[in-house]
Amino acid sequence: MSRRELLKLTPVIALGAFAVPKLQTPLLKSGLGFSDWVSDIIFRREHLAPTFPDAEVSPFDRFPINDYDVDDPGVDLERWALAVGGAVQNPGEYTLNQIQALPKITQNTRHVCVEGWDVIGNFAGARLSDFLKMMGADNMARFVSVKCADDYYESLDMATALHPQTLLCYEMYGKPLTREHGAPLRLTVPTKIGYKQAKYLTELKVTNVLQQVGYWEDQGYSEFYGL
Amino acid sequence: MASRAIEIVDPKTGDVTEAVYEHPFIVRLCHWVNAVALLVLAGSGLQIFRAFPSFGAKIPQKDLIHWPKALAIGGWLGGALQWHLTFMWIYIATGLVYLGYELFSGNYKQALFVRRDIPGVWPMVRHYFFFGPKPPEKEPYNPLQKHAYTTAVVLGVLSVLTGIAIWKPVQFSWLAWPMGGFHYARLWHFVIMWALLAFVFGHLVMVALHGWNNFVSMFTGWKKDPGYRVE
Repeated sequence: MSRRELLKLTPVIALGAFAVPKLQTPLLKSGLGFSDWVSDIIFRREHLAPTFPDAEVSPFDRFPINDYDVDDPGVDLERWALAVGGAVQNPGEYTLNQIQALPKITQNTRHVCVEGWDVIGNFAGARLSDFLKMMGADNMARFVSVKCADDYYESLDMATALHPQTLLCYEMYGKPLTREHGAPLRLTVPTKIGYKQAKYLTELKVTNVLQQVGYWEDQGYSEFYGL
Repeated sequence: MASRAIEIVDPKTGDVTEAVYEHPFIVRLCHWVNAVALLVLAGSGLQIFRAFPSFGAKIPQKDLIHWPKALAIGGWLGGALQWHLTFMWIYIATGLVYLGYELFSGNYKQALFVRRDIPGVWPMVRHYFFFGPKPPEKEPYNPLQKHAYTTAVVLGVLSVLTGIAIWKPVQFSWLAWPMGGFHYARLWHFVIMWALLAFVFGHLVMVALHGWNNFVSMFTGWKKDPGYRVE
């Protein structure tokens, strides 16, 4: 009788699969995938990230600079243009002036780093949704992917790309982006973790298929990581 | 309570042992799966903590402690997050199944602290801490034990809530408010982990003190020589 009761507990041994090297990677991948799937479901398109009064914004020199390679990839700011392609009606090169001609949004939002720190910053730029409209993007496409001057690359799901707080950011703290913060153009996405908010943008593409998700995602980080 | 008592007769000696069915299958299953999940979450959580071992600002960064990598799970931040975001579902699922079972089966009266346990608290405190006489045992758990288990359940719920507050600070932005905001939710999540680990430590000490039959009962459900009478 006791033995039969003991045998009933054998499902617990299934957890041992996580200790088997061959099974561990696919199991953890599906666990992370499940988390991303739930995150996608609970993301609300119209729900805004908290915004903060100016008094709560961290000083500019306390806003951390994280990069994966170099602080300054040496962008030629004079000749810079954003190369747009994929499922858009108006592909081509867009200058900073064209992006700055779109309505300017200024917001104090929290930047959350996957490492565990967070900082409230002041960001200004054009809504990515306005830019997508201007270039005649297919809103039914699944992703917006970007490439950066430092070989970093990222992607956003379309719902997040169209979120009203998702910006093509060209100003922080009322001044043009410094090189360390991604001059001349970066993503600001208060509904996403920090590593999705790519700096030094050079290319933007609307697509249904991602060859690569993002630099850190391809190392094993969460693909969705919505906040 | 629906505790079943039986008598086991040794066929060779004819000795009679009493045994009581204390832990239903679902409780045992949830106990062990949740225990594994808790340790994986603590280990991977500490690896995540290693990426920024502070609760202050990033600039200037003042590290709180340097937690050794050998006592963490995942190897690096990305790996630890995979473990954490996988086992949190196992942790939540077993927690919900356990709590649901306790409430609907009425088993909570055996394991968790309820109003009728209040009068028994002081005699038990006197016994444990002030050399008082041992109060007679009438059921599997004494009031202080139940209090400890109930606290562990509450801490478990809080660990999930603080976790959601730091994992989804936009979708559940209201959740961080009673915790003092997003930034403090991370600190609470950390503190609650240590409280749970302290419970586990105390729990293991008590298991060691209470002997083999008690330990085996969490595997088989049956406790031999329970030391109390089932009516």
